[in-house]
Amino acid sequence: MHFGPHLLLAALEGLVTSAVLALTALGLSLVFGVMRVVNVAHGEFFMLGAVLAWAISTAISGHPALGFLAALVIAPLIVGAIALVAERLVLRRLNYNPEATIVATIGMLYIIQQLALSFYGPEARPVEPPFSYRILLPWFGYSGYKLSIIAASALLLTATWLVLTRTKVGLIMRATQYDSETAQAFGIAVGRVYGGVFALGAMLAAIAAVLIVPISQAHYLMGQDPLLLSFIVVIIGGLGSLRGTVVAAVLIGLSDGIISMFFSPTLAKIIATLLVAMVLVFRPQGLFGTASR
Amino acid sequence: MDKNKTFNLSKTGLTRRTALKGLAAGAGLAMAPGFVRYSQAQSSAPIKIGFQSHRTGIGAAYGRWYEKTTAAAVKAINAAGGINGRQVEVIIEDDGTDPGRGAEVVGKFATQHKTDIVFGTLFSHVVIGSAPAAGENKMPYFVVSEGHHVASTKLNRYVFQPGITDVKSQIQSMAPWIAANAGKKVTQIFPDFAFGYDHRDYLPPALKAQGAEVIAQIAIPPTESSFTKYFPQIPAETEVIYHVMVGPAVLTFVKELGEFYGSNRPQLFGFMDSLEAVDINSPGLEFLDGSHFWEGSPRYAQADDSAAQKAYRAAVGIDDNGAAVGDPKDVSTASHMFGCWETLYVVKKAMEDAGYKGPEDRAKLVEATEALTAFAEGPEHPQGPKTFNGKIHQCFGIQNISKVEGGKLKVVHKTKIEDGLYEAEGDYTKQAL
Repeated sequence: MHFGPHLLLAALEGLVTSAVLALTALGLSLVFGVMRVVNVAHGEFFMLGAVLAWAISTAISGHPALGFLAALVIAPLIVGAIALVAERLVLRRLNYNPEATIVATIGMLYIIQQLALSFYGPEARPVEPPFSYRILLPWFGYSGYKLSIIAASALLLTATWLVLTRTKVGLIMRATQYDSETAQAFGIAVGRVYGGVFALGAMLAAIAAVLIVPISQAHYLMGQDPLLLSFIVVIIGGLGSLRGTVVAAVLIGLSDGIISMFFSPTLAKIIATLLVAMVLVFRPQGLFGTASR
Repeated sequence: MDKNKTFNLSKTGLTRRTALKGLAAGAGLAMAPGFVRYSQAQSSAPIKIGFQSHRTGIGAAYGRWYEKTTAAAVKAINAAGGINGRQVEVIIEDDGTDPGRGAEVVGKFATQHKTDIVFGTLFSHVVIGSAPAAGENKMPYFVVSEGHHVASTKLNRYVFQPGITDVKSQIQSMAPWIAANAGKKVTQIFPDFAFGYDHRDYLPPALKAQGAEVIAQIAIPPTESSFTKYFPQIPAETEVIYHVMVGPAVLTFVKELGEFYGSNRPQLFGFMDSLEAVDINSPGLEFLDGSHFWEGSPRYAQADDSAAQKAYRAAVGIDDNGAAVGDPKDVSTASHMFGCWETLYVVKKAMEDAGYKGPEDRAKLVEATEALTAFAEGPEHPQGPKTFNGKIHQCFGIQNISKVEGGKLKVVHKTKIEDGLYEAEGDYTKQAL
C-alpha cells in the first residue's frame, strides 16, 4: 500500500482509539479531579459496560440497532448504580483517604473482574453493531460504524463540557473540585457530589465500552488496557482538566495508530510511556493542569 | 472530619484465646475421617491427576472446555473400573495462563497435593515455563499443547505430548494442500509468542518444498485487541492469507479482516485457533464463507463420523454444531480438547503397562510411556489413529482441512499420518531419570 492511504488508515484507526480513550479517561479524570480518588477499578466499570451491553442486546430481539440503543441507555445506568453503591459502601467509609482508596479500588477491581468471570464466563462475546455499512475507499474498506464512534464520542464530550461549564450541577462540581471544604461551608452537600461524580465517571467508561464493543468484544479482562491508557492520558493532559484529557487522548490515540502501523505497536507503547515520564519530570501538573495550591 | 484516619490492626489482633481456638479447630479437622481415609490402604487410594488449567487469563475459554472434556474422560475411565483398579481423581489448579504461575502450580502439585502426574496445559508459553519445574520435581507432565516445544527435545524427559499433534507436523502435512489448492504466494499472520513462532519457522520450508513461498510474516502481540493497523503490511500480490490467532480478540481479528478486504479478498487459510470457542455464524464473519481451516478434530458432526467420534461427542456434551448441548451459544474448542480425552487414555495405558502403584513409580511411568508406539482409532482415540515416537515424546496423527459452507465447517481433506512425520531432532530417552 502507498504512503498516503496507509497514513489515512493509520489516522482513522488512531482517531477511533482516541474517541474511546477520551471518554474513558474523562471519567477517570473527573473522579480524581473532584474527589482526589485514584480509581484503579475504572477499567472494570468499562468492562462491565461492555458485558452488560452484550447481555442487553442479546435479550432484545429484532433489529440489532434496537438492542444496541437499549444497551447504550441501560448499561451505563446500571454501571452508574453499581458505582454509586460501591462509593457509599467503600469509599465513603474510608473518608476518601487517598492511600486507602487506592487499595480499596484495587480490591474492587478484582471483585468485579472475578464476578464477571463467574457469571459471564471467560469467552469473548460479540455484540452486533447497530448498522454494518462498509465504506469502500479505493485502497481499502473501512467500517462505517467505526467512524460513527468518533462522532458519538465528540457529541458526548461536548455535552459533558456543556454540563460542566454551563449548568448549576457543573458549577457545584467545579466548586467541590476547587475547594471542597469551602464548598461545604457554602452549603454544598459534598458527600452527594462525590457519589454523583463517582457514578458519572463510571458511566462515561461504560458508554465508551458500549460504543467499542460492536467492533471489539465483551471479555472479562478487557478493562486492563483502557485503565493503563487512561492513566497515561490523564497524567499527560493534567488531572481534572477536560481540555487536557481530550488533547492528550487524541495525541496518544493518533500516535498509537500511526506509530504502531508504520513501526511496531510495542514502540507506540514505549513512546507513550516515555511521554508520561517526560511530562512528570518537566510539567508534573500535566499539559493543561493547574499547579496544585 | 478525621483526616488522619489509619487502620489499626491491633484492635482486631490475635488474642491467646482465639489462637487456641484456631489450633483446636485445626487439630479437629486433621483428625476428621476424610483426612485419614486412605492412609492405611494405599491400594484403594485414587490416582491423583493434577490438572493445570487455564481457568483465567487469555486461555480461559480453552480451560473451561479442557475441564469439561477431562471430566467426561475421567467419568468414563472410572465407570470402566479406573486405572489398575483404582479410581481417578482430578485436582484442578488455575495457572492464569501465565508461565510463572504455571511453574508454581506444578510445584504445588508435587509438594502439596502430591499428585501422581500433572496434565492438561495448552498454551505453549505456560508449558515452556512449567516444564523445568516438572523436571526438577521428577513429575510426569502430560501436556495438550500442540506446540513443537515437546518434540523439539528442548524441554526434559518428564514432558510428554501423546494426545495431540504438534505444529511442525501439522504444517508439513497440510502444506501440499495449501500450495495445490489455495495459492503459491502466502502471507502469514501469527501471534507473537512461542506457538506463533512454530508457525513462523516451519511454514516457509514446508511451502518451499511444494513450490510455494511465504512473502510476508506479520507477528501480532497475543493481547492485541485491534488489528486493522496490521493489515496494510499484507503485500498486494498475496494469494493466500495464512492466519493463526489466539486469545479473546480472535473474532475481532477475523471481522476486521473482512471489513478491510470485503468480498475482494485473497484466499484464506486459517488455523481453527483463530475461531475456537467462537460461533462461526457470528455477525461479521460472513466473509469467511468459502475459506478453509485446519481442524484437529472437526467441530461440526460430519456425515462419515465413526461410532467412537459420536460416542465421544455425546460423552463430552457437544451437539452436531460443536456447541454445548442445550446452549447453542456456548461453542466448544473442539479442535484441541479431544487431546485431553486421548491423553488420559494414554496415561491409563502407560500406568497399566508400568504396573504403576504410586509416586515412587514415576520413573517407571516415564519409561512405559516412552515404550508406546501406536494408538488405534476407537473409543479411546476418537480423533483418529496415531503413532507415538518415544524418543521425542510426541504423537503423530491425521489433520482435517475444512471448508466454511453454509455456516458450517465441512471436512474436505484428511491428511495421512505419514504426511506429518519428520526426522527426530533429539532423544529424550538418553537423558537421566
